[in-house]
Amino acid sequence: MAKIISKINPRSPEFIENTQHMQKQVDDLKEKLAEIKLGGGERSRERHLSRGKLLPRDRVYALLDPGSPFLELSQLAAYQVYDDNVPAAGIITGIGRVGGQECIIVANDATVKGGTYYPLTVKKHLRAQTIAQENNLPCIYLVDSGGANLPNQDDVFPDKEHFGRIFFNQANMSAQSIPQIAVVMGSCTAGGAYVPAMADESIIVKEQGTIFLAGPPLVKAATGEVVSAEDLGGADVHCRTSGVADHYAQNDHHALAIARSAVSNLNRVKPVQMAIKAVQEPAYSSEEIYGIVPKDPRQPFDVREIIARVVDGSNFDEFKALYGTTLVCGFAHIFGYPVGIVANNGILFGESAQKGAHFIELCAQRKIPLVFLQNITGFMVGQQYEAGGIAKHGAKMVTAVATAQVPKFTLLIGGSFGAGNYGMCGRAYDPRFLFMWPNARISVMGGEQAAGVLAQVKRDQKDKRGEVWSEQDEAAFKQPIIDDYEHQGHPYYASARLWDDGVIDPADTRQVLGLAISASLNKPIKETKFGLFRM
Amino acid sequence: MFTKILIANRGEIACRIIKTARKMGILTVAVYSDADANSLHVNMADEAVHIGGSPSRESYLLSEKVIAAAKRTGAQAIHPGYGFLAENAEFCRMCADENITFIGPPVAAIEAMGSKSAAKNIMEKAQVPLVPGYHGEDQSEAVIKKAADEMGYPVLLKATAGGGGKGMRQIWHEEEFSAGFLAAKREAKSSFGDDTMLVEKYLTQPRHVEIQVFCDNHENAVYLFERDCSVQRRHQKVIEEAPAFNMSDELRAKMGESAIKSAQAIGYRGAGTVEFLLDVDGAFYFMEMNTRLQVEHPVTEYITGQDLVEWQLRVAAGEVLPKTQQQLTIHGHAFEARIYAEDPNNDFLPATGTLTFLQPPVESEHVRVDTGVRQGDEVSVFYDPMIAKLIVWDENREKALQRMAKALSEYRINGVTTNIDFLYNLATSKPFIDAEIDTGFIDKHQALIFHEDEQALAGELPMAALYLVLAQAQAAQKNAAHTNDPCSPWNMTNAWRLNEANIHHITLAHNNIEYPITVEQKRQASACYYLITVDGQTVDCQGRIENNTIYTSIDGYRSHATIAQNDNQISLYHQNGVVNFTHVLPDCGDANTGGDHGGLIAPMNGTMVSVLVKAGEQVTAEQPLMIMEAMKMEHTIRAPSNGVVDSIYYHDGDMVDGGAELIAFTPEDA
Repeated sequence: MAKIISKINPRSPEFIENTQHMQKQVDDLKEKLAEIKLGGGERSRERHLSRGKLLPRDRVYALLDPGSPFLELSQLAAYQVYDDNVPAAGIITGIGRVGGQECIIVANDATVKGGTYYPLTVKKHLRAQTIAQENNLPCIYLVDSGGANLPNQDDVFPDKEHFGRIFFNQANMSAQSIPQIAVVMGSCTAGGAYVPAMADESIIVKEQGTIFLAGPPLVKAATGEVVSAEDLGGADVHCRTSGVADHYAQNDHHALAIARSAVSNLNRVKPVQMAIKAVQEPAYSSEEIYGIVPKDPRQPFDVREIIARVVDGSNFDEFKALYGTTLVCGFAHIFGYPVGIVANNGILFGESAQKGAHFIELCAQRKIPLVFLQNITGFMVGQQYEAGGIAKHGAKMVTAVATAQVPKFTLLIGGSFGAGNYGMCGRAYDPRFLFMWPNARISVMGGEQAAGVLAQVKRDQKDKRGEVWSEQDEAAFKQPIIDDYEHQGHPYYASARLWDDGVIDPADTRQVLGLAISASLNKPIKETKFGLFRM
Repeated sequence: MFTKILIANRGEIACRIIKTARKMGILTVAVYSDADANSLHVNMADEAVHIGGSPSRESYLLSEKVIAAAKRTGAQAIHPGYGFLAENAEFCRMCADENITFIGPPVAAIEAMGSKSAAKNIMEKAQVPLVPGYHGEDQSEAVIKKAADEMGYPVLLKATAGGGGKGMRQIWHEEEFSAGFLAAKREAKSSFGDDTMLVEKYLTQPRHVEIQVFCDNHENAVYLFERDCSVQRRHQKVIEEAPAFNMSDELRAKMGESAIKSAQAIGYRGAGTVEFLLDVDGAFYFMEMNTRLQVEHPVTEYITGQDLVEWQLRVAAGEVLPKTQQQLTIHGHAFEARIYAEDPNNDFLPATGTLTFLQPPVESEHVRVDTGVRQGDEVSVFYDPMIAKLIVWDENREKALQRMAKALSEYRINGVTTNIDFLYNLATSKPFIDAEIDTGFIDKHQALIFHEDEQALAGELPMAALYLVLAQAQAAQKNAAHTNDPCSPWNMTNAWRLNEANIHHITLAHNNIEYPITVEQKRQASACYYLITVDGQTVDCQGRIENNTIYTSIDGYRSHATIAQNDNQISLYHQNGVVNFTHVLPDCGDANTGGDHGGLIAPMNGTMVSVLVKAGEQVTAEQPLMIMEAMKMEHTIRAPSNGVVDSIYYHDGDMVDGGAELIAFTPEDA
């Protein structure tokens, strides 16, 4: 394979300046996440611990096989979305090895609003289930939740992608032989009771876990019966009498140990069917990515420099290197797995889009996973290009991306604007995972462009009316639009709303992609049937 | 010379004898009990015969079975080793009756030395010096006290039938005599059924120096010099050396000739040891004669260059002694340390268990290891818990002692508690190095020898934690290699976290103190390093494992250690000895609570002495249910609460494995 020869100079002032700029963004991300990872406030954490319960993050880490990586999802969920502070949307989700098997873990955080479901809690829970379903990963639910967040019930309960969908997914995944395991480590009330009840196997912790459709206050109100939570739906009731739970655990650690052995009894074999190569570290340090990405997002950079710091041995066999050069396509390996890489290196022209479609066809036919590195302002505009059929060429690429059945992985490493987002496998194109770098921006178009368009429309109106519009007035008009776009296009804003699966440190790109690709291989790769390509 | 001999013993001595026999072209027959079916001595021998149950009284002590085995296999001679039947005159006689050569002294010699007082009478006649004392038949207190008064205090009262310290009393002043005398008599009566007493002058700083003698059937006798075995605990030798320190050629010759005189007085033949007490003034007194090959014979072999087992076989076959006294010389200095499965910090309580890891020091011209066990073997309750004898040699005492310290530090055993650290502390203590030794050495220097290594675990804790992290990674890679996804990053055990430090949390316990440790895994370029924090102190570590050895660099200090891991027990062996850790795993609660299991469990391996209840019996809380004997101690199993004994799984005399359920018990209200 051809090794990419890096041309950067780590001693150049630009490189050093870029590094500092990226470092600041990464530091800011980690700082914010350190706060979020604490979960609820100090008092609620102390109260949780005083009951002999492990904190949710410790539960997840104790559930994992010792030393297993944990690919956490949607860490920024609900960040600055609600008036309330709901760190991580009150739920921890991610992929980790349990009992030797990659599993989706969904853990309620009872220290955050009692583990109740806000709209984004539901969205995050459903996203984790979607990942489980798409990648054939067993699900382990660590349940400790008061159910739907009542003040937000209209955005939580009734719609298709709301609370009920959790159980719909459980039933359908179980039907597809995707194991569903519930560990009841706290309350599991009302709708929540269906999580263990719908599970293939359920575990409950004595004197901690309770499962009931209606809690003691509601029972008293409805029938006058006075009963304690433990007698109503504790471990003894459900393991000895009702049969709602299958395993009786002495404490949190015991419950997690039972869950691990339950997974190790699943009798699943990962159906990896590809030509795996021995792993080679990239020839260049991943930290150097910091210095490659320009401080000014409008400045271009050679995406091959990024690829060289992500793929095995920095080896990259480029496809059609001399044609449609603004899209870089080629074959490489990540942790020994073959991948096809589609990466922006400028604006998309008709040729680049056709080349992209061709390359995606190759990968789909060969069942090679696709990695998209997005840094795209959009397709080329103008009379010449419209006449050249850029719309149909773009459509070819979008068709190829939309219908390719190989696992797709999308990483936003710069701008993600307009139809470029579609052609490069944005969220709507069902990539198995989508991550952003902290410097990335996502919106229908750039803030400057949007402000420019809106200002042009306004100027046209004013011209018609014969009004004068000063440069300063126009600038004042444009600034709030630019600010809005900047705010809404920011990765934190995007990630808070689950437009992606998380914001990652660029230096972790290889690790994250490796884990994601490997997890996706739990599902056999299907044959692709493409849609019609307009010629 | 014999063509086939039977070895009526087990363990290291059986193996030791087989080695020499093999060298001489003699076939060997081993005998074995149930417990020894897969023992090393059985594997080493050319043939082996099963002779009975695990307790030695059902096997190795049964003369008839041993003789039957010899006849069945056509062995012409029996080597008894030491212990078991080695000094059993009756067995010796039975061999003669069956026309089998007993590789040892004549019956008469064994009998003569069997009784201490009779032996002393013989020696007195042969003009062998004896400790001043009274061995008379008149057992009245007045007569014995008068003798004591005459020789001067302190004196030692001993039961003539005695041994092992029973029926023995030191009397320091005349006033104490009467009380001590009666107490010693009572003890002798209850221990041996015979309260005949003797009284001797008590030497306050005596040394135990013994002479190795050899006699043949042609009236030749030589002495192979002395061994100093002064370092003893509870009358058991701990470290022996040859030659004795501070020993003039003149005294050596005097003691040697005395020893030969002793042997000749009883018509001795073969290998024997005459034990003397050596007083500070150079006076020496006969103690007893052991009519067998001694445990500590290898130190004599090292300094004389002779093979004493070979000598025994030649003499038994009627040959003349291989060397004359003039041909025997002392070369260099040798030590022997007895490696035991026992707990020196718990009154030397014998330990049992499986030798899950056994790595002796490498043998060479300087280091010899006599052992009868391999890794994976069991140290059982049935026999002496000696694991091995470690023998070293060098040109002089100082160098030999350095060899001993090094070899002890390299002796690595896991699975049972051993006395290795104790031996190391002893061998490296200043008074031992300075040869300020008498039989009271261990009592006198307790503080020096029994000191727990108080040095901070600053180096060992990070090392053990790093070992766990590295071993986990290694095991994971090994497992992954067998899957169809060998390169997956999910196979890594680096505790990788998204946007968070990669931290392993490990809790290690040492002496029941728990140490929470964090190991942060970091990368720089392609090299891994670890920030390990214990008690707020962080060190920067790198390391790798090769086989059982971990090589570490901790804050720039490079060292290595051998690690043995048995479940969650981790033993770290480095140049200063061993440090044991327990890897504390999360508490998963007591899975047996909830009232469904009420069984009672044996606290350790042992024997059921007495069952005090019957099946179906109603019992009250704390009521004794059964008595077990384990490790020479009795343990009473009591009812945990009021309830009913449903059934009893063991009966009087049964062997019980630790952890076995003894009784099915239903508590009341259950």
